[in-house]
Amino acid sequence: MGQVSATAKLRTVGLTKDFATRSGPLRVLDRIDLTVGQGEFVCMVGSSGCGKSTLLAIAAGLEQATEGEVLLDGEPVTGPGAHCGLVFQSFSLYPWRTVADNVAFGLEIAGLDKAARRKRVADYLEVMELSAFADALPGQLSGGMKQRTAIARALATEPEVLLLDEPFGALDAQTRGSMQELILQVWRHLGTTILMVTHDVEEAVLLSNRIYVLSPRPGRVAAELDVHLPDPRHRSLLREPGFQSLCHQVDDLLGETMQAEPAGTP
Amino acid sequence: MTPAQQTLLTDRAVVDPPLTEGSPPIRRRPRRAARPPGTGFFRLREDIPDRLRRPLVVASILVPLLLWEVLTATHAVKPLFLPSPASVVRAFWDLASSGLLWSDAQATLTRIGISFALVVLVSVPLGLAMGTFPSLRAVFEPMISFFRYMPAPAFIPLLIVWLGFGESAKITLLFIGTVFFNTVMSADVAAQVPKELINASYTLGARRLAVVRKVIVPHSIPGLINAMRVNIAATTNLVVVAELIAAQEGLGYRITRAQRFLQTDQIFAVLIVIGIIGITIDVGFRLLRNRLAPWAR
Repeated sequence: MGQVSATAKLRTVGLTKDFATRSGPLRVLDRIDLTVGQGEFVCMVGSSGCGKSTLLAIAAGLEQATEGEVLLDGEPVTGPGAHCGLVFQSFSLYPWRTVADNVAFGLEIAGLDKAARRKRVADYLEVMELSAFADALPGQLSGGMKQRTAIARALATEPEVLLLDEPFGALDAQTRGSMQELILQVWRHLGTTILMVTHDVEEAVLLSNRIYVLSPRPGRVAAELDVHLPDPRHRSLLREPGFQSLCHQVDDLLGETMQAEPAGTP
Repeated sequence: MTPAQQTLLTDRAVVDPPLTEGSPPIRRRPRRAARPPGTGFFRLREDIPDRLRRPLVVASILVPLLLWEVLTATHAVKPLFLPSPASVVRAFWDLASSGLLWSDAQATLTRIGISFALVVLVSVPLGLAMGTFPSLRAVFEPMISFFRYMPAPAFIPLLIVWLGFGESAKITLLFIGTVFFNTVMSADVAAQVPKELINASYTLGARRLAVVRKVIVPHSIPGLINAMRVNIAATTNLVVVAELIAAQEGLGYRITRAQRFLQTDQIFAVLIVIGIIGITIDVGFRLLRNRLAPWAR
């Protein structure tokens, strides 16, 4: 991992998060150290309740860590901003804005003039194959198109890191497959640094350069493994024996984290 | 199925008794009785066809009218208690042709308009602020909840002492009868903006002011208008009470005066006018909402 940390884009150091509950603090993340290199695609897998979403929220600066810190290019992240794009499972589009105006939101905030905004919106709509739906309202779109809009909106401000929180979890299997192809294509063309949370092991293996396996309650890094698969990635890999054995490996690691969970502890 | 599989199945059945053994069986209705749930009169949350809906709407208006006519035509009820539709129409005509109806309606609508404009002016910004900033909610909510349950008409003696018998007392009564409700409902509307939408905005570079202006306000518009729709009905109800305060004109005043002379037909005529004004206001707000927030339809 030496050469990756040399060009680390995003790093978490000893990241710990406690939530206050009635019966005292509940630890959801426990000393998480992870690194995402410049231009790398990293996935975090873990069962529900391992604090994956909390980790992304902290990385985005939306929540404060109890201990430890998040470093972007070596500088601590102190709050949210356009440096860190975030895409949610539930799309979170502005229902009163058209697809184009949703994508333009961050550009308006950044103070781009109208002509510049229009140009850039058109570019990202094209990247996400949404040009034909520029004037549609989110309520008229399918789930896949909504998520493409959300990704286009996050990419339009050119964030240094793109955080994806189970982005395809709400989509049907076919749509998910084409979204995986699309995100790979975007990643190859734009070279964005991506940290993605998923509970779909196949998806993690297909998309990422590296996988962190998180254990549940409290979330800990249980394992880290490199994914050596031929580039460019394509869904036809799913049928390769090498792909399958990697999936089994991750499955086993996940299974171990479940068994390691001490029974009866909150 | 091969004989081997057959034995396997039979064996399993012997080894594993059914899970529900010993518990009473579920009694099912015979299959013939089952119908798809989306047909017939009592459709549960399904759209009904126009050929069913239209006659239902017409009947919902005609049947009570008919019943009213029958009750009065057969002299089942004294005309003093329930005047006939014809006499109500006559009373309406008299009021309209004398010009009283228009001056009354104008006076009442002016009172509703001024007081509700003040209500909106105060409650919408305050409600949005309370729904957006929990700290402001903590500051204002206890007092507002406290005042909300006080019956506005009970303030009439105080208002007369404070403000006299003029318009300001009437408008203030309508104001205090509505403003607290509209504030609380507006606050709830603002508080319902999904947290994720706000978080997404932060990660697109928005600061708090931009989040309020570009996310919370536009997201709240349909809800705010819906709250107004509900609460202007309360203003309309209260106007009759407000016009008990030494009014010279107004639909409420007209009712009080008609009561003094036992002109029940006139009371009915004015009540129907108030109802029509109410429906018109409601439709107006609905059109406004569809225009300002077509996405929320």
